[in-house]
Amino acid sequence: METTLNRNETIVYQRPASFRPAPTHYCPGCTHGIAHRLLAEVVDEMGIRENTIGVASVGCSVFTYHYFNFDFTQAPHGRAPAMATGIKRTLPERFVLTYQGDGDLASIGMGEITGAAARGENITVIFINNAIYGMTGGQMAPTTLPGQKTSSSQDGRDVKTAGYPIRTSEMLATLDGAAYVVRRSLHSPKEIRRAKKAVRMAFETQARGLGFSMVELLSSCPTNWGYEANDALTWIEENMVPYYPLGDFKVHPALADVKI
Amino acid sequence: MTKELLKGNIAFAEAAVRAGVDAYFGYPITPQTEALEYLSHRMPALGRAFVQAESELGAINMVYGAACTGRRTMTSSSSPGVSLMMEGLSYIAGTEIPMVLVDVMRGGPGLGNIAPAQSDYKHIVHGGGHGDYYPIVLAPANIQETIDLTYGAFELAEKYRSIVVILIDGSIGQMMEPAELPPMKPRKKQFPEWATDGCEGRPARFLTSISLDPPKQEITNLRILKRWQEARANEVICKEYFMEDARYAVVGFGTAGRVALSAVRTARAEGIPVGLVRPVSLHPFPEEVMKRLSKTLDGMLVVEMNNGQMLDDVLVYTKESLPISFIGRPGGVIPMAEEIYSSIQQLVNNPPPIGSSPRDRWFAKVCKEKGL
Ligand SMILES: Cc1ncc(C[n+]2csc(CCOP(=O)(O)OP(=O)(O)O)c2C)c(N)n1
Ligand code: SF4
Repeated sequence: METTLNRNETIVYQRPASFRPAPTHYCPGCTHGIAHRLLAEVVDEMGIRENTIGVASVGCSVFTYHYFNFDFTQAPHGRAPAMATGIKRTLPERFVLTYQGDGDLASIGMGEITGAAARGENITVIFINNAIYGMTGGQMAPTTLPGQKTSSSQDGRDVKTAGYPIRTSEMLATLDGAAYVVRRSLHSPKEIRRAKKAVRMAFETQARGLGFSMVELLSSCPTNWGYEANDALTWIEENMVPYYPLGDFKVHPALADVKI
Repeated sequence: MTKELLKGNIAFAEAAVRAGVDAYFGYPITPQTEALEYLSHRMPALGRAFVQAESELGAINMVYGAACTGRRTMTSSSSPGVSLMMEGLSYIAGTEIPMVLVDVMRGGPGLGNIAPAQSDYKHIVHGGGHGDYYPIVLAPANIQETIDLTYGAFELAEKYRSIVVILIDGSIGQMMEPAELPPMKPRKKQFPEWATDGCEGRPARFLTSISLDPPKQEITNLRILKRWQEARANEVICKEYFMEDARYAVVGFGTAGRVALSAVRTARAEGIPVGLVRPVSLHPFPEEVMKRLSKTLDGMLVVEMNNGQMLDDVLVYTKESLPISFIGRPGGVIPMAEEIYSSIQQLVNNPPPIGSSPRDRWFAKVCKEKGL
């Protein structure tokens, strides 16, 4: 983007080249937009925009290809890791990423994500965990917390009949093919900065050909949770973080020296 | 070039390699698995992509991803696996990108059995996945034809931005016949203007099958239909045997057509003026051939290894014009030449009324024979 600078002016903040100048369709206060921004910044900083192919999933982020300024495809519900596998195996020199919600990745797509992680597929997965099905209007997700009210668990998730939430990162980290699996949150500026570093590390994992990388991001859905934007962030911190602890579940030893 | 003894599953796999397939993704299922096994070493040895997927869902979506890059991509499976692929096939059709699928059909429904059948005609030819889309479906009857059709399938898929299905049954997949393999084509170096293969030096692209604006989706559907109409006009293949002076025709595709040819030869030796019409392209269906024959012949016998799935298509173009009989063996049973021959005799000596249902007459007879 061309910006004319006057004397004594320096650019401290601008739209990443990997981001298109398009208004998003996300609800006010939704942290999908923040996750997008982090991803675009990382792709810019690594200088890989022309060498990156994204796979959008089915969920609120289905139109994510309208916002990123690099090549994108769009997968059937849950199948993004398989599509990404097809792309990566065909064009191994490209960076390939999927961007998936928790219903997409941890429910209908559990087979595809597990297969990709187990194969050590050299792709990067951005996994948005907002504890709910956003796009279809707030039904229970595999990540919905015990007791959490949703449109399909109106008295709160009853673990006796609906079972327990899945801690996907912990699960996938048990697989030898997984090289980098971490959980971060988007509920505060500090956590957002940590999240960005993790996204960068995931791409560094891919750059080194170390295998499957995934960053789970605890994310807000103020609309379907029924909270104001700020309260939704507090809800992440007070309710989601205790159930889904932030941390590194798998870090390939070859990443030990990577400083970002 | 010399002929070698080749097994069907290996033959189509190697034909695809020689046609320049860049990526293959599959999942084991009998009676198709030899193709996957063969390509598991053949593809990497040539520096091409191969993955044994976690399921057919995985396999078809790997195909979807690879096909989005504009590279030549295929999978193969058998009936239950193809059912699982239907979601992906619909998405691929909706995204208007080319791919090749080989379906080595077996007895169904359900898990059925691993014997040869023509069980998938309807769900392959008439959709199966959701939405309006039109795969090109080719049904070879021997190994050489399987090789030749697979070899040409990628260009055909690219020409119409369409799915091409090579539809064979387990016996063609498993049988060995002498056949000649074509020369190795160089792999494609130029890729289509829609390919999402990294935006080096060009604006970014995206490929998707979603279109929330109904009038836009309507245009997409009409565009898909337009390409299909071109394929319908240009890609019909139908083989005719002993038809020059024939008064009767047996109609059958793939293995059923092949067995019927023996029956036709026997009938010819007995002086019955009968020939064989073997649709090779099931989709586009040889509509004009059927219309022409319905006006000139005295009778038609449709033979299939199912309950009459193609029969319904034949009837669309022939129904009220001539006596038509049907003989079907569903569930993984191959018809015998003798039973086809005796059906020919019956058609000639005792032609059924025009317009009466061939399936109903066949079924009444079967029920009596089998005590159903
Ligand atoms: C095969 C199939 N089943 C169901 C749907 C309907 N559907 C669309 S989005 C969605 C849930 C998405 O939730 P999530 O992955 O958590 O993403 P979010 O919308 O919360 O970002 C569902 C069930 C679909 N599109 N396809
Ligand atoms: S429904 Fe929820 S996840 Fe979807 S855009 Fe709105 S706030 Fe975000």
